[in-house]
Amino acid sequence: MANVLEVEKLEVRFGKSTVLEGLSFAVAEGSALAVIGPNGSGKTVLFRALIGAIPFTGAVRWAAGTRIGYVPQKLDIERDLPITGRDFLRAKASVSKASPSEIGRMLELVSLGQEAAAAPIGALSGGQFQRLLLACALLGKPNVLLFDEPTSGVDEPGEERLYEMIHRLQQEERLTLLLISHELNVVYRYADNVLCLHREHPCFGVPEEILTPGRIAEVYGTPLKYHRHHDDE
Amino acid sequence: MMMSETSGLALSIGMAAAAGLVGCFAVMRRMSLASDALSHVALPGIGLAIVLRIHPAVGATAMLALGALLIWGLERKTRISTETIIGVVFSAALAIGSMLATGEELMDALLGTPAEMRLWEGALGLVGSAAIITFLLTQRERLVVSLVSADIARTSGIAVDRLELTFLLSFALTVALGLRYLGVLLMGSLVIIPAATAKYLAKSLTGMFTISVSVAVLSTILGEWMASRLHRPTGPIIISIAAGFFFVSLLARRQR
Repeated sequence: MANVLEVEKLEVRFGKSTVLEGLSFAVAEGSALAVIGPNGSGKTVLFRALIGAIPFTGAVRWAAGTRIGYVPQKLDIERDLPITGRDFLRAKASVSKASPSEIGRMLELVSLGQEAAAAPIGALSGGQFQRLLLACALLGKPNVLLFDEPTSGVDEPGEERLYEMIHRLQQEERLTLLLISHELNVVYRYADNVLCLHREHPCFGVPEEILTPGRIAEVYGTPLKYHRHHDDE
Repeated sequence: MMMSETSGLALSIGMAAAAGLVGCFAVMRRMSLASDALSHVALPGIGLAIVLRIHPAVGATAMLALGALLIWGLERKTRISTETIIGVVFSAALAIGSMLATGEELMDALLGTPAEMRLWEGALGLVGSAAIITFLLTQRERLVVSLVSADIARTSGIAVDRLELTFLLSFALTVALGLRYLGVLLMGSLVIIPAATAKYLAKSLTGMFTISVSVAVLSTILGEWMASRLHRPTGPIIISIAAGFFFVSLLARRQR
């Protein structure tokens, strides 16, 4: 299977502090990579370096023809901004040269109702807003999805549904998925590979190797409990 | 050759429409403070132009373009220091400008004057307004995506830095076009107040554009007419009318 992304010796510095150092990994086409690590370990910084939003040294190579759909962690948006979900999707569709008819299909795909799409984006609930961002990322037929903590601000049942949806979309649309998550259950269930960011012990491999209780305790500084799904698809 | 009344009216409408549209994006990008302060940098430009005996609009436009570049550079840094630096630099610009221009010149530059214009000045103003309006309407989608999230914009292929610089330069040009009507103290307000009014009332983007442009154009035309009747500077009257619209919008929203 060809690689969609190859990262070699990636280093990101802010002034004198080094956030990421000597990071190398690859993501195969159609696979799912989960990025885990404690707060401040540089997960979002990694994503922002991958999309070229911040300066870095080392190499980030995307395969030719890669189209990225990006879902940021949280957006600092005023509640009374007069931009409706539909305004935003229409703008994104136009920028990504997607046909306006795709908007309706995406709204259906992420199960976001017409009423929610007509509301100002600042007034949407956490879950609705995440769905809107997902619909936005899917416009323009991306082949890679970058997802920064998809369920922040979403309640637990909503969280489960959102992950199910992402998983379904990944298979239906044949997407490569890069996902930042704190939900180790989810990581174990859906990821083909795990990249664990940690200053002293960064690691990369299949979930069975990376998500061992000992290593998790080492990375997070505390033993985290999670439930393994052995009866998976 | 001087401008006819009709072309004068067309110029006022063009300038105000540009201000109303630019303001929508400025308010949504939360740059109300920077916008207001930016207009102040025109003053040292006008002062220098008078000293060097060149057209005041040339000095003002050059300084405003520099101010836009400064904000563009600062916006890449942290937010708090940006606002502090903007506050200091632009107040200093006002102080230096007041020393360079004096007497009646200073009052006209600060508050705007209902003076007549030459034909070529008006024609340039119309071309400038048309350029700003065209830029904002054709780049509307890109501006919306990047104001919601610069990172989504980047991954959608938008050159965010270049788009922001072009927006700030079009903002600076809008301020330059309106200086004759409102002066350096108040031109920033014609950009911000109609857009802030529209933000309170509108439920969609198109609604915001429509309301903002209408408030800006109505305030300018009414203000100009009243200023010439009352023999007063135009700026304070235009802004008082716009502020009136804003307060009515607050009441209207409360009643919704």
